[in-house]
Amino acid sequence: MTTIKEPEPTISELERVTIRFAGDSGDGMQLTGTQFTRTAAVFGNDISTLPDFPAEIRAPAGSLPGVSGFQISFSSTEIHTPGDQPDVLVAMNPAALKTNVIDLPAGGALIVNSDAFTPQNLNKAAYASNPLTDGSLRAYTLFEIPISTLNERSLDGLDMTSKQKDLTKNFFALGIMFWLYERSMVPTTEWIDQKFSARPVVAEANKRALKAGYAFGETTELFHTHYRVKPAKLAPGTYRNITGNEATALGFLVASRLADRPLFYGSYPITPASDILHQLSGYKTFGVKTFQAEDEIAAIGAAIGASYGGALALTASSGPGIALKTEAMGLAAMVELPLVVVDVQRAGPSTGMPTKNEQADLLQLMFGRNSDSPIPIVAPATPTECFDLAIEAARIALKYMTPVAYLSDAFLATGSEPWRLPNLDDLPHIDVANATDPATFQPYQRDPETLARPWAVPGTPGLEHRVGGLEKADVIGNVSYDPDNHHRMQLLRAAKVAGIARDIPPLEVFGPGSGELLILGWGSTYGAIRSAVEKLHADGRSVAHAHLRHLNPFPANTEEVLRSYHQVLIPEVNLGQLLMLVRARYLIDAIGYDRVRGKPFRIAEIVTEAERILGEAHA
Amino acid sequence: MTDTNGRSDTLAPAPPPLSPENAAVITLTRKDFVSDQEVRWCPGCGDYSILAQTQKVMPDFGYPRENIVFISGIGCSGRLPYYMNTYGFHTIHGRAPTLATGLKAARPDLMIWVITGDGDALSIGGNHVIHSMRRNVDIKLIMFNNRIYGLTKGQASPTSEFGKRTKSTPMGSVDTPIIPLTIALAAEASFVARSVDTHTEHLQGTLERAGRHTGSCFVEVLQNCNIFNDGAWRDFTDREVREDRMLVLEHGKPMIFGKDRDKGIRLKGLHPEVVTIGEDGITEADLLVHDEAAEDPYLALMLSRMSYPEFPVPVGVLRAVSRPTHDQLIEEQLASAVAKSGPGDLERVLRGGETWTVD
Repeated sequence: MTTIKEPEPTISELERVTIRFAGDSGDGMQLTGTQFTRTAAVFGNDISTLPDFPAEIRAPAGSLPGVSGFQISFSSTEIHTPGDQPDVLVAMNPAALKTNVIDLPAGGALIVNSDAFTPQNLNKAAYASNPLTDGSLRAYTLFEIPISTLNERSLDGLDMTSKQKDLTKNFFALGIMFWLYERSMVPTTEWIDQKFSARPVVAEANKRALKAGYAFGETTELFHTHYRVKPAKLAPGTYRNITGNEATALGFLVASRLADRPLFYGSYPITPASDILHQLSGYKTFGVKTFQAEDEIAAIGAAIGASYGGALALTASSGPGIALKTEAMGLAAMVELPLVVVDVQRAGPSTGMPTKNEQADLLQLMFGRNSDSPIPIVAPATPTECFDLAIEAARIALKYMTPVAYLSDAFLATGSEPWRLPNLDDLPHIDVANATDPATFQPYQRDPETLARPWAVPGTPGLEHRVGGLEKADVIGNVSYDPDNHHRMQLLRAAKVAGIARDIPPLEVFGPGSGELLILGWGSTYGAIRSAVEKLHADGRSVAHAHLRHLNPFPANTEEVLRSYHQVLIPEVNLGQLLMLVRARYLIDAIGYDRVRGKPFRIAEIVTEAERILGEAHA
Repeated sequence: MTDTNGRSDTLAPAPPPLSPENAAVITLTRKDFVSDQEVRWCPGCGDYSILAQTQKVMPDFGYPRENIVFISGIGCSGRLPYYMNTYGFHTIHGRAPTLATGLKAARPDLMIWVITGDGDALSIGGNHVIHSMRRNVDIKLIMFNNRIYGLTKGQASPTSEFGKRTKSTPMGSVDTPIIPLTIALAAEASFVARSVDTHTEHLQGTLERAGRHTGSCFVEVLQNCNIFNDGAWRDFTDREVREDRMLVLEHGKPMIFGKDRDKGIRLKGLHPEVVTIGEDGITEADLLVHDEAAEDPYLALMLSRMSYPEFPVPVGVLRAVSRPTHDQLIEEQLASAVAKSGPGDLERVLRGGETWTVD
């Protein structure tokens, strides 16, 4: 490639940049993305990330199914999503280019590792001709960089094989991006030193690769400009970067402290929930007991057993595992013991697309048990909110003696954003007492306000009693087949859960309190909806956004909010599950907008749909 | 380290395990373990005897009533916890060992009995039995084996004989039956025993042994269902024949049986054989000596596979070995983590690795 001598690179200031790293699943793209994220976060940008990786751990090298991506958006203003489209795409091989270039807008910067565009790799990616030379990438600003060659050269003299050296090329690419966006290499070099402290040669190679990439950006005249994205003006406080799964685990750890109950976690490995197990199993110094069970049923069974013994008990899974847990969830509802069931949703049905996103387990958690078996449902809207909702789920479970479903999803679980650390002293204590008085104890004597039954744990003298899945007589708790008793108990169980509506925050509205259109969402669609509504406001449109964190029961003012607008639009990453609940519950003719592509909504999709509805209303 | 509310940074550990040694002297009788619930098994059911023997041995362990929990699954056996005046949990089909595992992990101070049946433990709950045993969860699992599904009115169970005609197998079962004790041994249960509902003294002794064992116990109780599988075990358990057709195992003693105490078990190659003492020059010294504490499980496995009519059916303790229990190992890890790094610092884990401050 010929380059024309040009003046010194200029610095251009941008509000927001979105980068996508894409490569083979063995190329270390998740690590590259994570390192860029840490650096941007520590610098003070607002960030939002979207890891996108295959379920195959190492699909055949260079193949289309083996492509792994990591998108990060960083900004000097507050952002809610990892960006609809990347401004820059880094493609480490033809397969990564092929699967990702479709998302790059015209004019977007495309950085490719030209060394990887061999006939063999082109063939694996099903390219009939080389896209670098056939003109098909004309719409983009293409930077062809022989990353593998340059990287290997920078590692001359190190006692490593060519193959080992090639494994560090992701750091070369990261170095280029650090130069391009004026980032410090220090957080990453420190991380490398720590990570590879036992293998100094590997540490040296990775650092050299990083620095070589940076120097390449600085000294070649390939890029005419580099870019500056200033720190965002976030609320004062101490921040860290956190993923949803990390926040979930921390939330339950803190909840156990707030309730003065030891935390017990029963779990069976499943994508994308396993990281919660990994994290909680590291909290042994807090007395957290984790149990990797033989299957999903044993995981929830053990959690119910621990709850019976007085612990704050938790189990987590994803849709297929939740399906296996349903009978035990019914048992927990019947014996009325506190339990939190975390569902980190993924694309289904069945095994579906295990690493891809979907929010389609709402009705499963709502109704997926035999008989009428109501359980409360909460759902965090952002990765950081996973912390707050974990505490909320524990609070409801303990206060109301009930299993609670907590619906996260793959996007929240693996995505990250800055988190302002909470002040632990500001978090309210969760008051929960065991029954102790044999003179007044009855197993199903309910608290008049919450309708919760008493928690009488083994070891309490004089409170020996029997619980189980068979229907029990109201108050006294003996096995009962009395028809009227069963009817009363069904109503009591339903009333207990419905009554939680009095104890949860009202549904809040962003935007006008009444008018033409309300967009109602739940879970991880929050960022896209909020950004879309901000965009519509900027365009002078009257649109409001409300986001449910409690899906069973709904906040008490939900109907009032919904009826304040002519139209209610419900975007969901499913085929209309909240829509069905809202229509059934309130007889409101809400409009669904469903996109189930294994990916989060794009802002533009929601803007377009909202404009279509507003347009029709005006027509 | 304590936080501003004066709470310790490490959540309060469970109270120390209660054992007969450190328990206050408790004087309870069988009656103290009888609940106020009306027993509703069919008249003549073998479960009555098992319940009675269980209630009878319970005071011997020195545990206060409130520290004993009975957990059951589904089936006729599942009702037993309702009849015990202790804590009780009648769970769902096959899953009792899972609840017991979680409860024991959370509360090492409790004595936990799991009551199950051949269908509950070996069909729908087979996986959980295997894993609770291999983990050496400190539970006493008592499996009532009547070789039939009683509560659902008479279908073949996993221990039903090959060819057994039942409501669900009118032309005979085509399934090879499971040998429960072989499964328990293969699953590394640290205590494996067998007894019979009607042999009340032996049953009492076996339950007593299980109650005193620390670790995973698997006790098979051969039990009669007089409604759907009457006489399930009568061929060798009836009073008139049992001495000739059953082998009562005693640790350290030669394997002798028979009304006249003249029959024994000898090892021939890798196989057991029945011999008569005094015939062909055979003496007691030629017989196998039972060793329930043998480190390897070969003898116990061999015994588990001896069945009537080829062999006398062994009853008693096949295996009783000691190894750390699941809850002990969990507690040890927690303690060693604290010993190494100190009690957990919540502020520190909240901060994670890197933080930055916005003014």
